[in-house]
Order: sequence, then structure tokens, then C-alpha cells
Amino acid sequence: MKFLKSPFFWIVIAVSLLYAVYPKLGNNITLRETLVLSAIYVILATNLNLMIGYTGYVNFGSIVFFGLGGYLTLWLIGGYGWNLYAAVLFAGVVTSLLTLALGFGILRLRGAYFALATIGVNEAVKDFVSNFDKWGGSEGIFLPFSTYKSMGGAVHALWTVYFLIIGVMALSLLLSWFIKRSKFGLGLFAIREDEDAAIVLGVKAPVYKAIAYSVSAFLPAVAGGLYFFKNGSIVPEEAFNLHLSIESIVMVMLGGQGTVTGPWVGAFLYERLRGLLLTTPSLSNFHLVIAGVLLLLIILFAPGGLMGWLYKRWARVRGVLE
Amino acid sequence: MSTPILEVRNVTMTFGGLTAVDDVSFNMAEGEILGLIGPNGAGKTTLFNVINGVYKPTRGNVVFRGRDITGLPPYDVVRLGLARTHQIVKPLNEMTVLENVVVGACFGAENLGLEPAQYVAEEVLEFTGLLQMKDELAGKLNIALKKRLEVARALAANPRLLLLDEVLAGLNPSEVAKMLDVIRSIRDRGISILMIEHIMQAIMSLSDRIVVLNFGQKLAEGTPDEVANDPQVIEAYLGDPEMAKRILEEEEA
Repeated sequence: MKFLKSPFFWIVIAVSLLYAVYPKLGNNITLRETLVLSAIYVILATNLNLMIGYTGYVNFGSIVFFGLGGYLTLWLIGGYGWNLYAAVLFAGVVTSLLTLALGFGILRLRGAYFALATIGVNEAVKDFVSNFDKWGGSEGIFLPFSTYKSMGGAVHALWTVYFLIIGVMALSLLLSWFIKRSKFGLGLFAIREDEDAAIVLGVKAPVYKAIAYSVSAFLPAVAGGLYFFKNGSIVPEEAFNLHLSIESIVMVMLGGQGTVTGPWVGAFLYERLRGLLLTTPSLSNFHLVIAGVLLLLIILFAPGGLMGWLYKRWARVRGVLE
Repeated sequence: MSTPILEVRNVTMTFGGLTAVDDVSFNMAEGEILGLIGPNGAGKTTLFNVINGVYKPTRGNVVFRGRDITGLPPYDVVRLGLARTHQIVKPLNEMTVLENVVVGACFGAENLGLEPAQYVAEEVLEFTGLLQMKDELAGKLNIALKKRLEVARALAANPRLLLLDEVLAGLNPSEVAKMLDVIRSIRDRGISILMIEHIMQAIMSLSDRIVVLNFGQKLAEGTPDEVANDPQVIEAYLGDPEMAKRILEEEEA
């Protein structure tokens, strides 16, 4: 239980508890909804970082995991009466397995070709779902209000889902941290630096990459299930929203790819910024422009993101915030 | 005689219409240092790539310690105890020197966990004289140190056979001397070495035997003395054997 001695582990636990308890104490629903979004962004960015930051493969279509998880969950609950826990776990596992199979195929592509393929996957799944009658086609799936009754009524159910989402956020951060300190993580970093050299050094790159890709799909799929269950409905446009994929990349780059803290901080700051812009009437929907400019500036001037900058300033930070 | 550590049997490697390696065969005994020489473009590095699995040969077989490894991917080959360095160095730039070597130890023949790999890596860094820079980023090293890092990484895999691809090229004389010491002590550990080298003095003094390639074909094979006096070899290198003889005589005088 060496990890119990690490300050980082306790930082994750403390912040997650704060997220969970603070809105509940004041019964503040508005704050809760803001924090849900913030937590979802942290989940998306942290798991995307396993590909971009750890393995060096830019996944432009990571939102497909979130959307697929959402669809599978709502379909199982709405159509077959599964309970929420079983449905999100099943959705996570299925999405992960599909991603594993897909990974062995498209991870043969490198660089920009892989990135293009991932956009293609997201768009293809979106088109398929839009035309798939069992999942409501372009109308999507609606959960009847009675669904929430089994969870003690809508109010109670929404709080439960909120706590679960915060839990998934904490799990994402811990998973990312464990992988970074593992032999598996070392292999991924070697692939990121020079895949050919890594292969010659003995890293089973095709298998490692596919596993990383598959792992990066699991928690976003679970989070998608929880998020759309909370919303009570899902439509293709919202589930497979490519904008959110690209915004996730901005969060990862803003905080610092390849670190655990970076995507976390990046996602938090990006959510704040986006909230600010969306509530300023003259600037609404301007956030995508800002995101694009931000991404350009980071790549040009601070490729290490906020954490890269911090590490350079205070090398000691590296010991606490990984 | 015991089984050779490496048998290269009639290996041919073609790229489109170009035959880079043409029906090359040779054996290597356990504990031997075998030099692989030849003019630029003779197919030496291609042959290395075939031996460690980067390329699958068009024809022929590679047998390592009695096991046919033809077509095995490089990550499986290194697990069996056959490691290599690259002529054009491939450091993992954004990782420290220590982390680079830990990768070698973790994914090498021993398949070590992170912690034991750390010990092996430090031991290998000490052995190759890189221990003082273990926390430097690998990308920041100069070329001589990067070459040594290549050797250290390969060595951390605990190989039985090490392929060294021009580890002396681009080094100044004192760096060459240091590297030669490292290579000799690797051999003293009982590791067989197959090395490509252009610095003749070095390869002649180190090698037990030498194989000469020219235009993808094996031109000669033998002790350094035999090879150095082979008129065909001299012609491949210098063009005109008569002139070569004159140069050699002038040098001796």
C-alpha cells in the first residue's frame, strides 16, 4: 500500500470529496450542475491524455466512447429495465472491447493518419446511430420519468448520479497516476518518444497501444452512461459531438500532456473559461474560437502546457504533482 | 563444436528491384567477436535489420541459439537474448538517461519489473560510465554519450548476443578508446558481439573473425589478417590492388 504515502493520492481524494460534499451541504443544484460538467471534462481529458500524452497518438474522436457509453446505458435501462450500475459497467466493458478490436486495426496508422481515422470512427458511429431504429434514429432515446422512481425519486437519483460521476473522476485520475508509475506506462512513454526504438528495446508496441486505447475508452463510456442517464435523454448530435473531442484536446494541451495533474487542471480551467464566455451574451458560442486560438498558442509557445511551465520554474513541483 | 550462437543461412533481402543482401551465410560461435565490414551501401545495416527482426528476409533463415527466429518481431527477438544498437542513434529524448536504460532492462531478456530494472540499469550505467548523467534528459547528451547510451540500453536487456552498428563512428580518438574498453569488457562478460565498423584499426584489433560484404554479397570471411590481405577485399575498398599494396608498403616504411 505504498500509494497511501504519496501526497498526490491524498490530493485526488481530498479534491474529489470537496467536489462531492460542497454542493450537497448547501443543497446547491446550480453549483452541482456546473461541477458535473467540470468533472465530465476532467474525465474526458484525463483519459484522452493516456493516448495523447502517454502514448503519443492524437485521438481526435475520443468523444465516441462517451456517446457510445451513453447510448448503451440508456438502451439497457430504457429497453430492458437494467439497473443503472449494471448498465454503465456493461456499457464501459463493451465500449472498451470494441475499442480494443478497433485499436489493433487503426493503430497501425501513425501521426496524422491515425488522427484522421479517429475522426472517421466518430462520424461513422454517429451516422450509424442516427439511422439505427432500435436506438431511436435521429430522435434518440428518452427515459420515462418512472425510471428514476426505483432510485428513490428523481431528486435522490440525481444526487446519486452526481456522486458516481465524481467517483469516476477520482478513478480516472488515480488510473492515470497508476499507469504513469507502472511498467506499462514506461512502455507507453517509450512508444511516444520513438516507437521503432521502443520495439527494438522489447516493447510490444502493437499490443501496448491497443490496450492503452481500450483503457482510455472505459471510464469515458461509464461517464457517458451516467451523464445521459442524468439528462434522461440522448440524441446523436449531443452524444457524438466532435466539438467536445477537440475541446478535450485543448484541455489536455492547456494543462500539460503526459502529466496527471495537467489535464485535470486544464479541464477545470477550460470549463471556467467556457462558462464565463457562454454567460456573456455578446460572446456566447465564441468559446470554440477561443479554444482554437488557445490551442495554437499553447502548441507554439508552451508545448508542455501549464505543468511543463511549472516544472521548469519549480523542479520540486514534479515530486508532488505528477 | 557446440551449436553456433548465430547462423545466418542464405539470407536474401530485396526491396522492389533492389537486392540489398544477396544470399549471405555465416556462423558465429559463442563468445566470439565477429566484425562485419564493407563499403557504404554493402547491406550491413540491412543484414542487422533482418537478424533482429525489423525486416523479414525475402529468402533464407536466421537461427539464434539453435532456434529459427526468421520473421519474429524485434520485441520477441530481444526477449530471447539478442539486443542491438542503432547506427543513427535513437534516444528516447524526453526521458532521462536512467529511464532509457530502465526501458531496456524492463523489456529485455529478463522481463524485469520496474524496481529490479532500476538496479540493473544503474549497474549498466556504472559499467558504461554514464552514471553521473543518469538524471539528464537523453536528448541533451552529445553524440558520443548518445552512442554509449545505445550500448547501455542494449546491454541492460541482458543479451547473449549484441549487435553493434557503428558505435565508433563520429567519435574522437579518446572517445573511441573509451568505447573500445567498454566493448572489450562486454566480451569479457561472455557476451558474443557482432559489430559493423568502418574504423579498420579498431575492428582489426577487436575481432576474432571478419565477414566482408560488398554489393550485398559475402566477399570474404576469415581472421583479420586473412581478410586484410585478400586482394578482392582490398579492391573493394581501394579499387586498385597494386596501388593499395604501394600504400600499405609506404605506411609500413
